[in-house]
Amino acid sequence: MKTTKTYLDYAATTPVDPRVLKAMLPYFTEKFGNSVSLYDFGEEAKRTLEKNRLIMVKILNAKNKDEIIFTSSATESNNLAIKGIAFANQNKGKHIIISSIEHSCVLNSAEWLEKQGFKITKIKVNKYGVIDPKEIEKAIKKDTILVSIIHGSNEIGTIEPIKKIGKICEKKKVYFHTDAVQSFGKMPLDVQKMKIDLLTASSHKIYGPKGAALLYIKKGTKIEPLIHGGGHEFGLRASTVNIPAIVGFGKTVEICEKEMKKESKRQSKLRDKLIKGVLEKIPDSHLNGHAKKRLPNNANFWFAYVEGEAIIMNLDSYGIAASTGSACSSEKLEPSHILLACGLLPEQAHGSLRLTIGRWTKQQDINYLLKILPKTIKKLRKISPYVQ
Amino acid sequence: MYNKKVLQYFKHPRNYGKIKNPDGIGKVGNIICGDVMRLYIKVSKNKKGEIIKDIKFETYGCVAAIASSSIITNLAKGKTIREALKLNKNKIIDSLGKLPPIKIHCSVLAIDALLEAIYDYLIKNKKIIPKELKKRHQRIEKEKKIIEEKYKEWT
Repeated sequence: MKTTKTYLDYAATTPVDPRVLKAMLPYFTEKFGNSVSLYDFGEEAKRTLEKNRLIMVKILNAKNKDEIIFTSSATESNNLAIKGIAFANQNKGKHIIISSIEHSCVLNSAEWLEKQGFKITKIKVNKYGVIDPKEIEKAIKKDTILVSIIHGSNEIGTIEPIKKIGKICEKKKVYFHTDAVQSFGKMPLDVQKMKIDLLTASSHKIYGPKGAALLYIKKGTKIEPLIHGGGHEFGLRASTVNIPAIVGFGKTVEICEKEMKKESKRQSKLRDKLIKGVLEKIPDSHLNGHAKKRLPNNANFWFAYVEGEAIIMNLDSYGIAASTGSACSSEKLEPSHILLACGLLPEQAHGSLRLTIGRWTKQQDINYLLKILPKTIKKLRKISPYVQ
Repeated sequence: MYNKKVLQYFKHPRNYGKIKNPDGIGKVGNIICGDVMRLYIKVSKNKKGEIIKDIKFETYGCVAAIASSSIITNLAKGKTIREALKLNKNKIIDSLGKLPPIKIHCSVLAIDALLEAIYDYLIKNKKIIPKELKKRHQRIEKEKKIIEEKYKEWT
């Protein structure tokens, strides 16, 4: 039955671009050196590392090379940002502000700090998942040391007003961190203009390999490392540097930067067609997140009377890959905290579906989805006790 | 996550829908994940006793919930009430081959639905209710109230 492969889960992970893979390959074999070795192999690895650091400086409009710390994953970057700032600044205060729609690695880091004696404030969002910067201004107290707000929501795709939040944090002299994993490489980011002190970005969400990510840390920021060892990454992240992955990360960022404008426009168009098609073809369907302020590649819905895991597995039988925030698909049997934060009832989140497109998504993929999804929902509603 | 058999029953569910004028209805819900099942039975008598002649289900829930309700209709159809009362979650799991540990509660829900339908039939026909069935009914009743409150807008 699985004749077509229609991948609509680009927010989960992406395939590596062949151009990226090609750039990486020599670094597994002939250029395998350790970046801290003194002889030529090591020197070459070090040069490669610094060259790729510069690519990140450029795309983020950072000031210096030493503001970019390479890590192994966005989860690690977010852990370093939140715990690192907390540990280094606890003399000033123990209050941290996050939003109610953060990725679980930010949320769980903050909640872990809460157990260590820190205070956490979670800023609420409106029904479109948008944060009101004024709420952050109100929440900042004397002992606030960090504000961490996601840029583009991994689930509902909503874009947060981080420039305004950055300005508030600058005025109040509080560190501002943003998790930009879903927007990096897809939308322009300027750490200076946006007044960002720390920023997390990842490689595998933008056609680079898994195992590479970064944390931008503005010069002068007081932060403690989490991994101690040989003093790599300016003493902020010890570990032998994963050169092949970083080469891939650098290459993919170069490609994303070059193709960003065109690609973002193309994907936004496809996304809008997808949203319009789903809402028109399926009765009792609803869009999650903001209609306009959203990532170019994200669409998220909820369908009444049906459950998300059942939708996913039905689509899977037609070769379509997608994701859901339903309780049934989670390890804890709880619906997505992000959908609940937007005011969805658990039974509404139960019927949620996230579709995320990417570089290789074509109009025909959207057409195929628009053919299969209405059938899938109709079939499940036939079985559902709530439809007469 | 799921084996072939579970996916088979999910993709091609048997005996779904309503029965007009059923002899018993079982309505159950899981208060944690939010899944809901309804089971309809039609009972007739023959030499062996009271037989579940027809059985249909309606389920709002995940793959495991749909597969479990689908297979319980297969397992119960043609059985006497006495035989059907002996069905348990292990019978469902064995028939499906395997369920992920986190989805075991879906098989319990399917058994609950069947027992509730039988309970409903016995009550309506003023028959003796076995003690264990009565106990189980009381537990299910409590959970059902919470679930019905949750979905009141949809009913």
